Amino acid sequence: MRRERRSVVGNEKVGPYTLLRVDRGGLEPGIPGQFFMLETPGHLLPRPMSLCLAPAGELGFLIDPIGPGTRALCTLEPGDTLVILGPLGNGFRLDVERPLLVGGGIGVAPLPYLSEALGRPPAVLGFRSDWHAEAAALVPGAQTCVEPTLVTELIPKELDVLACGPAPMLEAVRRIAPDAQLAWEAPMACGYGACYGCAVEIGGELKRLCVEGPVLHAA
Amino acid sequence: MLLNASGCLDALTAPDVARSLDAFVTKTVTPEAREGNAPVRIAETDVGMLNSIGLANPGIDRFLSRMLPQLAKLGIPIWVSVGGFAADEYAELCSRLDDEADVAAIELNVSCPNVESPAQTAAQIVATARLATRKPLWAKLSPAVPDIAEVACAARNAGADGLSLVNTIRGLKLDDRTLEPALGPGAGGLSGPALKPIALAAVHACYRATELPIVGMGGVSTGRDVLDFVAAGALHVALGTVLFADPDAPTRIRGELATELEGRDLRDLGEAHALAHGSLLAASAT
Repeated sequence: MRRERRSVVGNEKVGPYTLLRVDRGGLEPGIPGQFFMLETPGHLLPRPMSLCLAPAGELGFLIDPIGPGTRALCTLEPGDTLVILGPLGNGFRLDVERPLLVGGGIGVAPLPYLSEALGRPPAVLGFRSDWHAEAAALVPGAQTCVEPTLVTELIPKELDVLACGPAPMLEAVRRIAPDAQLAWEAPMACGYGACYGCAVEIGGELKRLCVEGPVLHAA
Repeated sequence: MLLNASGCLDALTAPDVARSLDAFVTKTVTPEAREGNAPVRIAETDVGMLNSIGLANPGIDRFLSRMLPQLAKLGIPIWVSVGGFAADEYAELCSRLDDEADVAAIELNVSCPNVESPAQTAAQIVATARLATRKPLWAKLSPAVPDIAEVACAARNAGADGLSLVNTIRGLKLDDRTLEPALGPGAGGLSGPALKPIALAAVHACYRATELPIVGMGGVSTGRDVLDFVAAGALHVALGTVLFADPDAPTRIRGELATELEGRDLRDLGEAHALAHGSLLAASAT
């Protein structure tokens, strides 16, 4: 892991979300599904964000302004700087034969970079409104649905599912596709195994999502 | 000496961070393995953070067989933090660690705010543990007592070689939307900047009362913070919450500390030790 102070080079609204772009410096983009800790203006702790896009010389993060910290990150403007640590955790396994990307809400965040890495495979995305669904434009060729239709209704059989979204969606995906690779989220203070704050139950044991995940594979 | 606060660093997942310290303090080890408390376990507040991890650890057997041999390879002194739910559990843990050459010191965590407290007092636990080991024993105390200096004196009289000051203090945060506790278990331990003045007062009072070696901790995030703790009477200083936000903190803080000392014409940190007591000591002498 590497920690650098980087400059914001872009801040674009994508529906309710913000795509924050920073210059890459010496930071590696890592494997799709890995995440970075972003220093958050006016807050003690950084916030974990998976990498959304990795254009040349940049890192892009899709942020849902859901609380005070994420709202502060969304106010950063070109020229502002922030310290970034990463890439962290375990990403998606890319050695899949028939990939299908599945995303729900802000869980779309790691899928654009994952889509690039896998050669733009099919993708199905679910959102709570048309406004939220504007983020689907970030994933090439994605099929989109809006509540009350659930994304799990769009998952065909016999594909290698790689999914990110809220926990109830991931649980539902796992019932349909038991071998799916699932990217989970949890509050994290550190992102590198120090705080034990992001513990989730994995195979009946509590484990640190930042070290064991955030992408978990079928047992 | 710069250390980490127990539970604020995993040296096996971040060995480079551990090696940037002068000694590594383990997460608290208990007799049996513990999963810890149910999520959510951490929350940020305006002036610090709350945690309720609940002493998640692999238990003493697995610690000794799997973790300690790996920790020993780091090449820095290893302090083992131990915790239990009765004095004899602390004694058992100390006894198990007593023959381990790789253990430089034992910290008795008698002050975790996130688990049930032992029935015995800190001093009774120190006294029982003292009989079980020759290792240096550091008693980690809570600031949430009417008179921490009194607790510290009792710990010293029971055989503590040093004091770790302070553990977190219980706090509560409510979720913005639901107004229910943000942490799964309800309240948690408050750390970070909010804890610093409380910790500094504890170090100051306990140094005057006991003159024991002290590891000062609580909201340390800059070189100036380290200087404050040493001036208040700490011999060593530990980093906690700052490590979560900044794994490079040990190196940065050493640099800031050097600048602080130079700006004050102090040759080294030793010259700053207990400076906060200068005028008080002079007053008491007259």
